[in-house]
Amino acid sequence: MTLINVTKLTKEYDGQCILKEIDLKIERGEAFALIGPTGTGKTTLIRLLDLLEEPTSGNIHFDGIDVTHNKQQRFEVRRRLSLVQQKPIVFDMSVYDNIACGLKWRNEKSNVIEQKINNALALVGMNEYQARNAKTLSGGETQRVAIARALVTEPEVMFLDEPTANLDPNTTLKIEEILANIKQEKKTALVMATHDMSQGQRLANRIGVLLDNRVMQVGSPNDIFCLPQSLDVAEFIGIENILPGVVTERDSELLTVKVNSHSLQVVSHRMVGEKVYVLIRPEDITFAFSKEKSSARNSLDGTIKRMTPLGTLVRIEIDCGFPLLGVVTRNSAEELEFKIGKRINASFKATAIHLIERWY
Amino acid sequence: MENLWQGLIKALQLIISLDPEVIQIAGRSLWIAATSCILATIVCLPLGSIIHFNKFYGKRLLINILQTLYSVPTVAVGLFVFVFISRAGPLGSLGIMFTPIAVIIGQVILITPVITGLTVSALSGVDKGIAETAVSLGANRLQKMILVLREARYAIISAVIMGFSRAVSEVGLSLMIGGNIKGFTRTITTAISLETSKGNLELSLALGMILIFLALLVNIAFNQLQHR
Ligand SMILES: Nc1ncnc2c1ncn2[C@@H]1O[C@H](COP(=O)(O)OP(=O)(O)O)[C@@H](O)[C@H]1O
Ligand SMILES: [Mg+2]
Repeated sequence: MTLINVTKLTKEYDGQCILKEIDLKIERGEAFALIGPTGTGKTTLIRLLDLLEEPTSGNIHFDGIDVTHNKQQRFEVRRRLSLVQQKPIVFDMSVYDNIACGLKWRNEKSNVIEQKINNALALVGMNEYQARNAKTLSGGETQRVAIARALVTEPEVMFLDEPTANLDPNTTLKIEEILANIKQEKKTALVMATHDMSQGQRLANRIGVLLDNRVMQVGSPNDIFCLPQSLDVAEFIGIENILPGVVTERDSELLTVKVNSHSLQVVSHRMVGEKVYVLIRPEDITFAFSKEKSSARNSLDGTIKRMTPLGTLVRIEIDCGFPLLGVVTRNSAEELEFKIGKRINASFKATAIHLIERWY
Repeated sequence: MENLWQGLIKALQLIISLDPEVIQIAGRSLWIAATSCILATIVCLPLGSIIHFNKFYGKRLLINILQTLYSVPTVAVGLFVFVFISRAGPLGSLGIMFTPIAVIIGQVILITPVITGLTVSALSGVDKGIAETAVSLGANRLQKMILVLREARYAIISAVIMGFSRAVSEVGLSLMIGGNIKGFTRTITTAISLETSKGNLELSLALGMILIFLALLVNIAFNQLQHR
């Protein structure tokens, strides 16, 4: 049975709609990431799912139990969940006592408590800190204690709200490693909110994209990042070449799509006459000075308009009737002597293009 | 000036020699105020918690009234208790007028608003996230309340100390319903007011010094606790 089943969940604050008719399912033991820009309601949704707040309308079922409003049932189910808040709050007591709280409140025996706390502390690498007052810990240490504290009660779902948003890169890496270990070793389902798409990609089996107060798309990381279903999702996940076009020909799976005056070859399932957006990832474009013999079906000539260094890469914008963005390594940009104003050729495969519907 | 100097020296002598009368009066002041404070705390902690943890109509107003009552004149409380426990009053048959019990009743009434109000403030001063974190970790209502009280412990102790200070230093109420009876209801403050009017400055000064010394001691103990 689906562990968490959310239907038409709506939340308003002072008449302002924050979440609109969210439908979502979380399965036992899975790792689910909720991605979306800041202010779209990720925290609000997590608080609703953790039963800290009640929805304005809609329903939440946990393991078949309706926990939308019933106080007693919400309390009982809440004990099967746990939450690591964006800025975890620790109690003014030792690290050990902080982690012990949840167990004591569930009337666990003290020898069991000790065993469980030691295991939880080992998992986050904080055993030496157990006697320290938790208020004196650094941000990353506090985060690790909060994770241990949320994990020690063996919840069926652990929610994490932006688990690394306020941390430096090294600490972020450490936390992600801990989460990856939890995912592997524990039966706990992980539901994390993050505005960092790549984090979602690294840690989750499934991703939900929250945009404009709605869940716009749910799918595997591959689905989300390669096959976005709407313009909003495509823009959010950073597909930079989004070109309006129309399907003009169809030969089984091979389509011809007209973009401005160019005809592009695309492998997809669309009807002739359909209006579409053509999505091309910059990294799928190959640049050269002349048309090379390659398997790429699409080839466009254009003038280099702009070159922006990006670490070891260079972002290249060419004008071929419409702007097209690509990337090359710094080395090849130097070797080939790419300069602004030079004419070059851009090629990409028919399978590198993804089409989405266009309504206007 | 000469008078004051000599008075101070004599007062110190009284303290150092552990003069029985001084010790007895100081001891009585202490236990009466301590008893009042403990009784009031037993009432005020739950009362303050109930006010803080519940939403109800008139909550803001109730807190405002409590805060106003912080500075209620001691004689007003004295008069109020007097009316109740005097011979003709509704509790006159108990015969507790001019006994330590009467003084304790008065002091409890006097300091209840202070301790309750400051307990509410102490609890409001705890980060709202504490209670929420407790709930998300599976605390029930009572467990959550205990945790928040624990987080507010220093502010609550200081509320109790405020109550104790008010009780040990008041004079109007003890005079009115305690009667300043020697060996029975005479406390530091009532003794000071009586002995001063009689011109017995040494005893007054000695008792005054003890009062200040006590206040100092309580504060040092509290600070130690807080910085542990
Ligand atoms: N308690 C609240 N009262 C009113 N508005 C709120 C409250 N909590 C959140 N919001 C609003 O809801 C929107 C979504 O917030 P949030 O869930 O924190 O987004 P995210 O976590 O995705 O950044 C924001 O516009 C925020 O101002
Ligand atoms: Mg948030």
